[in-house]
Amino acid sequence: MRYDQSFRDSRYLSTLLQAIRQKSRSPIRIMEVCGGQTHALSQYRIEELLPPTVQMIHGPGCPVCVTPEETLSEAIAIARTPGTILCTFGDMMRVPGNNETLQQIKAEGADIRIVYSPLDSLHTAVENRDKQVVFLAVGFETTAPLYTLLLHEITARHIDNLSLLTSLFTIPAAISFLAQEPDCGIDGLLAAGHVCSISGLQEYERLSEELQIPIAVTGFEPADLLFGIYRVIEEKEQGNCRVVNAYRRAVPHEGNPMARQETARFFVPCESNWRGLGIIPNSGLKLRPQYEQYDARKRFACNPKSQAQPSVCRVGDIMKGKISPCECPLFGNRCTPDNPLGASMVSSEGACAAFFRYRTPLKSPI
Amino acid sequence: MCLAIPGKIIDIDNSSTLRMATVDFGGICKTICIQYIEAAPGDFILAHAGMAITRLDREEAESTLEDFETLAQQLNPDGHAV
Amino acid sequence: MKLPDCPIPSQNHNRIVMAHGGGGRLTGQLIERVFYRAFANQWLEQAHDGATLPPTTSRMAFTTDSFVVTPLFFPGGNIGDLAVNGTVNDLLCCGAKPLYLSAAFILEEGLPIDTLQRVVQSMREAAQKAGVAIVTGDTKVVEHGKCDQMYINTTGIGVLPDYIEIGLHRVAKGDAVIVTGNIGNHGVTILSTRDSLGFESTLQSDTAALTSIVAALLAEIPDVHILRDPTRGGLSSTLNEIAEGAHVTITLDEATLPIDTPVRTACELLGLDPLYVANEGIMLIILPDRYARRALQIVQNDPLGTNSRIIGHVTDDKRPGVVLKLPLGQTRILDMLSGEQLPRIC
Repeated sequence: MRYDQSFRDSRYLSTLLQAIRQKSRSPIRIMEVCGGQTHALSQYRIEELLPPTVQMIHGPGCPVCVTPEETLSEAIAIARTPGTILCTFGDMMRVPGNNETLQQIKAEGADIRIVYSPLDSLHTAVENRDKQVVFLAVGFETTAPLYTLLLHEITARHIDNLSLLTSLFTIPAAISFLAQEPDCGIDGLLAAGHVCSISGLQEYERLSEELQIPIAVTGFEPADLLFGIYRVIEEKEQGNCRVVNAYRRAVPHEGNPMARQETARFFVPCESNWRGLGIIPNSGLKLRPQYEQYDARKRFACNPKSQAQPSVCRVGDIMKGKISPCECPLFGNRCTPDNPLGASMVSSEGACAAFFRYRTPLKSPI
Repeated sequence: MCLAIPGKIIDIDNSSTLRMATVDFGGICKTICIQYIEAAPGDFILAHAGMAITRLDREEAESTLEDFETLAQQLNPDGHAV
Repeated sequence: MKLPDCPIPSQNHNRIVMAHGGGGRLTGQLIERVFYRAFANQWLEQAHDGATLPPTTSRMAFTTDSFVVTPLFFPGGNIGDLAVNGTVNDLLCCGAKPLYLSAAFILEEGLPIDTLQRVVQSMREAAQKAGVAIVTGDTKVVEHGKCDQMYINTTGIGVLPDYIEIGLHRVAKGDAVIVTGNIGNHGVTILSTRDSLGFESTLQSDTAALTSIVAALLAEIPDVHILRDPTRGGLSSTLNEIAEGAHVTITLDEATLPIDTPVRTACELLGLDPLYVANEGIMLIILPDRYARRALQIVQNDPLGTNSRIIGHVTDDKRPGVVLKLPLGQTRILDMLSGEQLPRIC
């Protein structure tokens, strides 16, 4: 069994497309809330293959895109503090915060290390006992359990020079928030498969009822995406508002209770500031008070100047599905992957970057 | 969000505080933490940023592919290629 | 009268010190014992500031490249192989027969001389394989911390017959695009050695001089329009440069791109695109479609070219760009790389 290749087979893709074309009668707006899915939709140019009745809306599905500027400014301030090592995922290096990026201050001499896993920062902390190591802990429900592993090790092994600068988000509240926008009009939702591997289906069942829309838990290979879209259309056409699991191999109904339990042990829900969307109640996670000593914000008294993002950037409207990236006045001219102004242009998962990379027409003749 | 890649557990190491496994991703091997899943050598997992988020279910994968086959049959009962 | 012995013990230098670049006795020793010994040839033995080379009546190709890589040694090669093969391949891309190289070293104080010797030995072997002579060189030493162990610059000279005409102006609609080997192996191998991004694999850098492939190809099919090695920025960036320079659209067929499974999965794991990953031992060949099948046979006959494929065509001469054709007929633009590729989680 090839868990990835089998789901890229063009024979299955053709079947699923044919099924979608046959099933889709009335226009439908389907939102995906996962940058990985936005990326895959663009990479495989799936929207081109869908019938005109199906419209995809690229919701806020990328922690890199929604991490607020304040957090980036804090990370930059911490990385500038002498005797500090900042560890981060590569995605965060080019996200602007107060007109600077981690990449720029690394070039100025700050010790910033790109890691594959947060667990790698344990090694960095042990090797550099004389320094403070900070992990820029961004992520959704899927990544949060990794930070519990980190905290588990920090406490068990008494690693006192490692702390977390958290920017953690949870999806369901944000979807409710978006769906309540007056002109949002989402008819169906693709729930992010890897988030659901952890969170399970329960919260989405509640959400489906609350919003009265069908939800398909969806994977990331092209056949998975088409299957998720197909299932949402099928449910919609039958007038059902329920959750269907189109990614059964990776998502058990109950999710990953062990990971969730550990997340709840170290973190507590809080309101969260989503870049482009603003503050949404109960849509984030912060360290519980008894673990505050591992909070980089407490360890470093950083007080970043927050600066409004360029007002013309319409990333919020893009995530709300009100406009497509190319309708933003900055898109493709002042804001490009080489010079990103909005966060969704920075991460290759961001709707703007995915659009730019895969959809910009060839330059017209000179 | 949340890039996660399937890989096969080759070996499990219970010697440290976290359960770690050597996982083969189509010819490259990496150490992945399997603290939050039940898995044995030979099982396939999804790894996200160095941690297994779930064990992949072979039967479910096969049954999804069967769903695709069924759809194909329904759409083209004569067995013509799509 | 016998002068008293100097109280400073004479050092048995096993590491590079500043004096190795000072032009004095230690410099002489280093040149004599390390470089002359490895690269020995009649031009180097002129022991002059430069090499005096025999006359040639043909056109010449001239190129230079600097090499910085961490780590210096990686599976499949080291900085020395890269420095020779890279410049040799650049000459080959001009359609030239590579003849002479220069080699200039910037060494960090404290570098083990043994390390330098291993690198130099690799350069000697790579030069022999590629059929070039290293005829002149230079060594500078910088203080500890001022460079990362060792940098190498190589400059090369080659000759080419009049009937070879390789250049962007030759690229025409209908031309076929051939790649001589698997994509992404070098870049992914280098990544695999990095601490936090590393992994275990049998992957190796593809570093190699493609002298034999190019010689065999041009001997039979002189009408080649472009030869280019897709190093930094990978296949996609190199094709974009060609498309931009020749003002053509190049369309690739995704299904034909030769990519090793471990390279593909490593890229998926780290969130990278293999089409933007560096290569050091493959070449892109663009030539009239009528020669493509024969060219492919010639390349595949060479041990370094067994994985070669026709990967696409020049499909339009009106708009510059590179397009990837996907399995269901959709197309996607392959853009230039924005900044460096960074591993991602999401």
